[in-house]
Amino acid sequence: MPTIIVCLKYAVDVTQIKVELATRKLIITSVPRKISDFDKNALEEAVKIKEKFGGEVIALTLTTEDASSALREALAIGADKAFLIKDPLLKDGDAFITASILAKAIKKINKFDLIICGEASIDSYSAQVGPRLGEILGLPVISYVRKLSLENNVVVAERGLEDCSETVRAQLPVLITVTKEINVPRVPTLMDVIKASKKQIVTWSLSDLGVPAEEVRAAIEVLDVSAPRVERKKVKLEGENAKEVAEKVVKALIQEGLLKL
Amino acid sequence: MSTRDGVFVFSENLNLTLEMLSKGRELADKLQKELAAIIIGSGVQEQAANLTKYGADKIYVADHPTLKNFQVDTYFSILNSLVMEHNSEIILIGSTKRGKELAARLAARLKTGLIPDAFKLEISSDGELVATRTVYGGNGIAVEKCRTKPKIITVPPRAFERPSPAEKKAEIASVDVKPEAPKLEIVEIKPIEAAKVRIEEATVIVSGGRGIEKKEDFKMLEELAGLLGGFVGNTRPLAEDRKWFIEWVGLSGKKVKPNLYIACGISGMIQHIAGIRDSKVIVAINKDPEAPIFEAADYIVVGDLYQIVPALIEALKNISKR
Repeated sequence: MPTIIVCLKYAVDVTQIKVELATRKLIITSVPRKISDFDKNALEEAVKIKEKFGGEVIALTLTTEDASSALREALAIGADKAFLIKDPLLKDGDAFITASILAKAIKKINKFDLIICGEASIDSYSAQVGPRLGEILGLPVISYVRKLSLENNVVVAERGLEDCSETVRAQLPVLITVTKEINVPRVPTLMDVIKASKKQIVTWSLSDLGVPAEEVRAAIEVLDVSAPRVERKKVKLEGENAKEVAEKVVKALIQEGLLKL
Repeated sequence: MSTRDGVFVFSENLNLTLEMLSKGRELADKLQKELAAIIIGSGVQEQAANLTKYGADKIYVADHPTLKNFQVDTYFSILNSLVMEHNSEIILIGSTKRGKELAARLAARLKTGLIPDAFKLEISSDGELVATRTVYGGNGIAVEKCRTKPKIITVPPRAFERPSPAEKKAEIASVDVKPEAPKLEIVEIKPIEAAKVRIEEATVIVSGGRGIEKKEDFKMLEELAGLLGGFVGNTRPLAEDRKWFIEWVGLSGKKVKPNLYIACGISGMIQHIAGIRDSKVIVAINKDPEAPIFEAADYIVVGDLYQIVPALIEALKNISKR
């Protein structure tokens, strides 16, 4: 009966980001956060495995904010227990810091057969934390998994790569990262939510993990984040009918030098 | 430490290797360091020889039958020992899926930072490497630097121009192969039939979104693309939800930069727009006058693509008749 740890990022909901027009800076601090999309696929896959083989699903997240609502959601979806690493020192945490702290937390939890992460996060999209974590823990890493099966402590995973789909096999313990194609995450029912309220969320600070403040120095320094400039002409092409509109489009393409006459 | 090879370049994708070599040359010159390309595989001597004229000072070749498939475990250990031996300062890795995993694991092993998908790389006036990348699902452009060494950067396709062949030839050095045993056993590799031309390299793209009702209707887009000398693309929902395609245009799929991008029935999710942002001219056709794609378009056509696209095909045919 496997113990599965799912790493969840409490990510910025990128669909709700606004731009301060004068400076073109992004307004991030007030934007709501949620479990990153692909991490929900990771959680769903873990819960599916538990439903088939038994065992335990542990949700793990690391943040400066109060992510307990996200963890409650994870518990409602089917996690049995949740760990929240919360510390203001994590403010400028990058993938380097995140992976090393997650590794420390996982060592403290000290019990797992499988770790599942999303392929990347919706806000940073750097696809680093999963592979970094696997490397730190010395585990086999299987990234971009879109199909997974488990039998007798062996995982068989199909990876979706650019030029091929690759099926690989590895002995547990293993770290995998999953893509959106692997499943459709469930929406918890009211009953699930009620049941989840009795489950446990353990909160740790960095000192609980024995991480001194000076170790929490990000490797990456962000010098600037601003909205991309979209300088498009936005010319509306209209006409009495499709033929007229099409002729206007063709004329515009000729003017742009895009049609070889 | 002037003897160190300052900039390393690695990708399993030859085009990407060339693109990184041109940027790598520029960075190495500014830092007054050497530029080295790393070629890993089985039977890759010729490939390495073909690369010697493209700006590298050195080409390290790890050629061994066990390296036929790009398994991150083995490739990573070769790259890791080369980096350790030569104490390199900047490592550019092609941002393919395998490349991204390799880069992240290398960064973890070397306890250093990694900036992913940098489409712009510069040396600042104080000699720092500064990288620009897209963040927040296309809502933001971040400028970042790496405080630790080596600095690992992944580079997406077509971010940089390919170099022209130079007079000076790189010196080729063979690498003794002692790869770590792979932790994964490959059961099966099913190649995906490669498209005739990679969409990242197309100069004209006609793309369809959820407004396309049936997969067969893509024939219409193909005809339009054909008349324009271009290729057909699609959005993520058509690949993921409707399973019509295996790839898509967008931040999470293929980032494209054609001269002309025609978006047919595409609403314009921010991730899609981020993937087409570098297009020279964007024409958008959509029934919904409020579609966000219009904010990112040069030419806006509010109308039914099932009428507009055939009319466009007709109009283009008439021109060629003239």
